[in-house]
Amino acid sequence: MATRVVNVVVAGLGGQGAIKASDILADAAFRAGFDVKKAEIHGMSQRGGSVTSDVRYGTEVLSPMIPRGEADFLVVLAGSEVEVNRPNLRPGGVLIPPDAINEADLPNRRSLNVALLGVLAARLDLADEHWLAAIRAALPERLHEVNEKAYRLGKESVR
Amino acid sequence: MERRLLSGDEAVAAAALDAGVHLGTGYPGTPSTEILEAFDALGGRAQWAPNEKVALEVGLGAAYGGARCLVTMKHVGLNVAADPLFTAAYTGVQGGLVVVAADDPGMASSQNEQDSRRYAVAAGLPMLEPADSQEAYDLMLAAFELSERWQLPVLFRMTTRVCHGKSIVTRHATRAPAAVQPFQRDIPTRVMIPAYARPAHKKLRQKLAALQVFAEGSALNVWRPGDVLLGVIANGVTARHVREAAPEASLFEVKTIHPLPLAKLREFAASVERCVVIEEGDPVIADACLAAGLRVEGKPEAFRFGELDVDRVRRILARDTSPEPVAPRGKPPMLCEACPYHPVYASLRKHDCIVAGDIGCYTLGVLPPYLGMDTCVAMGASLGVGLGLRHVLPEADARRVVSLIGDSTFVHSGINGLVEMVYNPPATGHVLVVLDNGTTAMTGQQEHPGTGRTLDHEQTTRLSIEGIATALGVKNVDVVDPIADPGSFERLLVDRLGRNELSVIVSRRACILAAADIRTYDKANAAKALLVVDGAGPAQPAGCGGTCTSEEA
Ligand code: SF4
Repeated sequence: MATRVVNVVVAGLGGQGAIKASDILADAAFRAGFDVKKAEIHGMSQRGGSVTSDVRYGTEVLSPMIPRGEADFLVVLAGSEVEVNRPNLRPGGVLIPPDAINEADLPNRRSLNVALLGVLAARLDLADEHWLAAIRAALPERLHEVNEKAYRLGKESVR
Repeated sequence: MERRLLSGDEAVAAAALDAGVHLGTGYPGTPSTEILEAFDALGGRAQWAPNEKVALEVGLGAAYGGARCLVTMKHVGLNVAADPLFTAAYTGVQGGLVVVAADDPGMASSQNEQDSRRYAVAAGLPMLEPADSQEAYDLMLAAFELSERWQLPVLFRMTTRVCHGKSIVTRHATRAPAAVQPFQRDIPTRVMIPAYARPAHKKLRQKLAALQVFAEGSALNVWRPGDVLLGVIANGVTARHVREAAPEASLFEVKTIHPLPLAKLREFAASVERCVVIEEGDPVIADACLAAGLRVEGKPEAFRFGELDVDRVRRILARDTSPEPVAPRGKPPMLCEACPYHPVYASLRKHDCIVAGDIGCYTLGVLPPYLGMDTCVAMGASLGVGLGLRHVLPEADARRVVSLIGDSTFVHSGINGLVEMVYNPPATGHVLVVLDNGTTAMTGQQEHPGTGRTLDHEQTTRLSIEGIATALGVKNVDVVDPIADPGSFERLLVDRLGRNELSVIVSRRACILAAADIRTYDKANAAKALLVVDGAGPAQPAGCGGTCTSEEA
């Protein structure tokens, strides 16, 4: 088990599911037995403004906010948000931009957030079962299949 | 033991349930809104009040009755509730009353970044503050015990990062709401005429002196011994930033924000070479320490603004006041593309109106392309400010002034302004536009008295905005649908601006994000009403208020 804290910033525009994605990630890490903290600002996020959410997990997490320039991973759901958020990434950190996934391959465009989580999952030490359980817990049943597919698509795109 | 990942708001709701809270009430305000929603979802009895003052008064009444009551609001809401709050400190309570004030350092969605800790000092009330979700849960339980033990309302300060941050929570208590005893009359305690208020103030100060002793010995505060060269005193989420920024430092985490455990803090400060107070917002703890003659140093003024984080804490500790890196600005929120406010703003702009605006989604109309708002001060202020402008501006300008307010905000405190409008009408009259989108859109679509549905979307009596305006004596009261009949709003506006009379125009069209849900709730409620009529319920006379939705039809 990693003892070092893993820092992931999820960013996007209101309505894209960035917060939902960070919820799923936090839940997956929690299910895997880690200490987890998550922080975000969501006030007027539904009106299309920028949204960023910090997820941190490890043996013990103190501050819920990722210090600037210390994110290990930056998952971005909107092209326009990439540059704004890049300073969050530590040197050598991994950027997962929206075009990491070919949108045309998605079973449903609204599942881009979960597909990008799949891309992230390929690089994290959290087992599939935790991811899938977290996805199911976060979404209504009728969306399970589509999102599980999106998750796999994302995960398999990393070879 | 149930362990779950919860937001601070959800943790407070869970604690309220586990503390046997009889009633939760409040007014939606980011970042406090989710507390009551979560409490309701958990099966607690929760309701939205028209505003924070009313919420506190209802909570106070419940606590006079011996019940446990939770009242929630954001920091600026505490200003609205301040009037009864200060006197509630004198009257005290019979049951438990905890008032959550959620501060928003950095103003993610607020008009100011006031520090609610000042209210605890000013009103003379105990205040606790948690650092994460587990503490939000634990301290909320402690707050109810404190409230009952000292028979005082307890303030509970949270900040955005604690409210909306998620961390792991273990729930450990359960207590069903205790049966409330019959009312106990206690006039000298609860009726604050001067003769009774004078001794009540003395009694409050005695309680505070005793609370001071309690705070000194309280296990709620955490002293983490460390490096003797550097000690930090911190509160709330800031204490967590400190542990990460300076893991070796000695740390005193203050949870009892008021009264402060000053003797303990003195001991702590004396135990280290250098002692720094790091707190978000105002220097409340630092000032109190310095006034008590403690050897501590506060943070540089630059850190009074915005949130703190690990970086900024490192800077404070390094006494680094060099300019901080400016975070690149993201995309600001905007009115939704199909928002029913668009035609209204377009008309106001076309006719060069001077707009006294208010707090809500529609405040976004201030951005380009409309630049559609000239003032925006506080909930309900659009009426008073618009009237003031009308009173003094040269006639040609006065005639262009419009007050613009949303439905939820109108109910919150706009009604008072409407009373002023009919009482002291300006010579040119005035035009009030109520943007009725059928929900509290800004905070995430909560119900309010004007929607006719309670917090959990059950049907209740619907307050009629146009009915109130008419009853108060406004000459011209109209309701228009700005989407179904796009020209109608503009024609009406131009006509009303030209009269020396008072006018209210209700622009009614559901928020597009809420519309589908509203239809679902209405359908469910209509079906329920039918069930009552068809089933065991007594036959209803035609048009009765209990079962039909004729107002909406
Ligand atoms: S949330 Fe509703 S009221 Fe707010 S901008 Fe969108 S449509 Fe308009």
